[in-house]
Amino acid sequence: MWMNLLLAIATLLLLAGAFGALLGYASVRLRRDDDSLVEQIDAVLPQTQCGQCGYPGCRPYAEAIAEGDAINKCPPGGEATIQSLANLLDVEPQPLDAEHGEEQPKRVAYIREAECIGCTKCIQACPVDAIVGAPKFMHTVIESECTGCDLCVAPCPVDCIDMIEVARGIDDWVPPHPADRPLTHDGPVIATDQRPAEASA
Amino acid sequence: MGTQFDFPGGIHPPDNKLRSLQTPIRQAPLPDRLTVPLRQHRGDPGRVVVAVGDHVLTGQPLSEGQPGRSVPVHAPTSGTITAIKSHEVPHPSGLEETCILIEADGRDQWYELAPCPDSASTAERYDHLHRTGVVGLGGAGFPTRDKLQSAEAAPDVLILNGAECEPYITADQALMRERPDSVVAGALALWRLVGAGRCLIGIEDNKPDAIEALRQSAEGTSVEIRVVAARYPSGGERQLIQLLTGLEVPSGGLPADVGVLCQNVATAVAVDRSLRLGEPVIQRITTLTGEALARPGNIEARIGTPLDHLLFEAGLDPQRLHRLIMGGPLMGFDLTTTGLPLIKTANCLIAGTAGEFPDPPIPQPCIRCGLCEQACPVDLLPQQLYWFASAGEHRKAEHFDLFDCIECGACDWVCPSHLPLTDYYRHSKGVLRQEQKEQAEADHARQRFEERQARLEREQADREERRRARQQAREQRHNVAPAEASEAATAAASSPTAPGPDRETLIQRRDQARQKVEEAQAQLAEAREQTPEAVPKLERALNKHQKRLDAAEKALSDAQEDT
Ligand code: SF4
Ligand code: SF4
Ligand code: SF4
Ligand code: SF4
Repeated sequence: MWMNLLLAIATLLLLAGAFGALLGYASVRLRRDDDSLVEQIDAVLPQTQCGQCGYPGCRPYAEAIAEGDAINKCPPGGEATIQSLANLLDVEPQPLDAEHGEEQPKRVAYIREAECIGCTKCIQACPVDAIVGAPKFMHTVIESECTGCDLCVAPCPVDCIDMIEVARGIDDWVPPHPADRPLTHDGPVIATDQRPAEASA
Repeated sequence: MGTQFDFPGGIHPPDNKLRSLQTPIRQAPLPDRLTVPLRQHRGDPGRVVVAVGDHVLTGQPLSEGQPGRSVPVHAPTSGTITAIKSHEVPHPSGLEETCILIEADGRDQWYELAPCPDSASTAERYDHLHRTGVVGLGGAGFPTRDKLQSAEAAPDVLILNGAECEPYITADQALMRERPDSVVAGALALWRLVGAGRCLIGIEDNKPDAIEALRQSAEGTSVEIRVVAARYPSGGERQLIQLLTGLEVPSGGLPADVGVLCQNVATAVAVDRSLRLGEPVIQRITTLTGEALARPGNIEARIGTPLDHLLFEAGLDPQRLHRLIMGGPLMGFDLTTTGLPLIKTANCLIAGTAGEFPDPPIPQPCIRCGLCEQACPVDLLPQQLYWFASAGEHRKAEHFDLFDCIECGACDWVCPSHLPLTDYYRHSKGVLRQEQKEQAEADHARQRFEERQARLEREQADREERRRARQQAREQRHNVAPAEASEAATAAASSPTAPGPDRETLIQRRDQARQKVEEAQAQLAEAREQTPEAVPKLERALNKHQKRLDAAEKALSDAQEDT
């Protein structure tokens, strides 16, 4: 009888120990998974490093999302990024949180070179080293490197940096969704499921 | 006569080719003004090498290409460059791209052409083709040099594509029946260039005149004329390869992967002329057809000729014109204006009437009849693709091999619900390509960002290192003079925070700040009189300097109080 009791206690202790070890191991493993999750989230974010999400950069926001923050705070990424995040994390996509800004067409910084005093403030602000220049000389934005984050605009003491919209060329053209095309037809609309908006109008 | 191989699906639309085959190929009169788009190929536009006001000769390079990325364009006739600017180009988007506008002088004086020397190596010959602007003339406009170079080893089979399966288009047929010798010469030139085991010319059995002419011209050579049964889209590159060799190009692969090289017949002729005569691609044969034209036919015209010039030549009745299509009725796209230039890839222009091209009926819901699957030459599931594409689930469509779709439009043609299926696929592909591009940009930005972070850290570490070294040096000095060291130690102990700048520096700073304020005031006064638009900016600057001066003054008075 006593023997059985001792055996039961010993078994339970052993089991507790074994599961404890397993849990400890799992937590180590999980942390590593966490890291790779942050990587995956970071890979989906647009890497503008603009901080509009309220974090100091894309990576910190990725970390916050991994810890459960909302996925709709990134205006440069917009709907597409939210959709990708929702797919990745297997959650419902939400509309972009307007508090953090609106989705805008891609822009790049442009320095009005005649006005630049060469203070290098913008270089220090640019997270992707897209500005070249030396102290006291005019500075220039390398357009292909600029992510349009806006961060160089505020530090400039003479306000000579403009954000200009990038002209969209044929390379950026996406053939329209057929339902978005204007109807060339002037006959009566029979099918209603294709374009519910017009059918109800 | 047929071949033992086959591809799945396919359709038999009415071919409507006779209309444009009544007359031989005509020469289009030289227009007064030409518009040459910088980009008439897959890839990026080349770099302009001429300037406005320059006089150029026929065949003179206007831009410079970079092998693998861009292909040069050449002056289609002699004349003066009047502008280099954005102009509408034939593209489904209707957008503008940079074009070179030339006012012809009517003399059509040729630039000195350099044929490719016989001693040239294969690589030099490829580059020669690149310099003369040779691209696929069948419609896709893929740079010929890049296509030839995509094969690492000599292909087993060289196929010349003369199938021309799409209704209405007869440009290749006209070329083959009227100039069979140059087609065979082109085949031989290409064959010599790539060194394939065999050379076949694939042609549909609905072109007996062209078959007969080619057979005669090919007599005595080892070029084989292969006739295939007419069925759309037998002229698709992959479909023709499958028909003639039984080989299937793997999904996402190239014909080179199965040891085949495929070139359009017109391209072969251009290759021959480029190598033998040094002639760049400045003209092409285009089919002008459709019921709104009184004189349809094939016309050889200079690149850059305005389409309205060609349409006028062909007797366009603007009253009857309902749809203007570049390319064929299945794979072509609608043009909304006739003010566009002829480009290297334009093999056909259809001016259709309302009776010929009635507006498509309103699409009905998919009834899952499965006809589209039977018609698809690539064995896709068009209905499934449509489902995903219309719902915006482009990734899922990609998993169902969306990118294998050749956009042939066979599924549209059979769909009893009149769904514009191919348009959905084009949209889906566009969205996915755009996403890929954005992803690449984001990855690039992340790399730049991480590099910068690493650099900043390095700089920080360097600074620390230097500071430590300085401190060490100081300590050593102190060891030599221990009295000094203890003095410094007591000073540090009495004021643990870093000691502020001394009075003299503060005074200096204040004076500097004052000077700046004065300068700014002077500038502002000047600007008020001369450049009023700069005033707000200078006011802001003055404000800033004023604040700095205030701060400097305050720091100075604080310091004076302390002592
Ligand atoms: S140049 Fe300005 S807008 Fe562009 S990436 Fe740098 S900081 Fe951002
Ligand atoms: S911050 Fe403004 S003034 Fe200073 S270097 Fe940059 S562009 Fe020039
Ligand atoms: S358009 Fe695409 S899906 Fe439709 S039949 Fe052609 S290849 Fe198949
Ligand atoms: S042919 Fe049209 S209706 Fe039939 S299954 Fe395909 S998409 Fe649906």
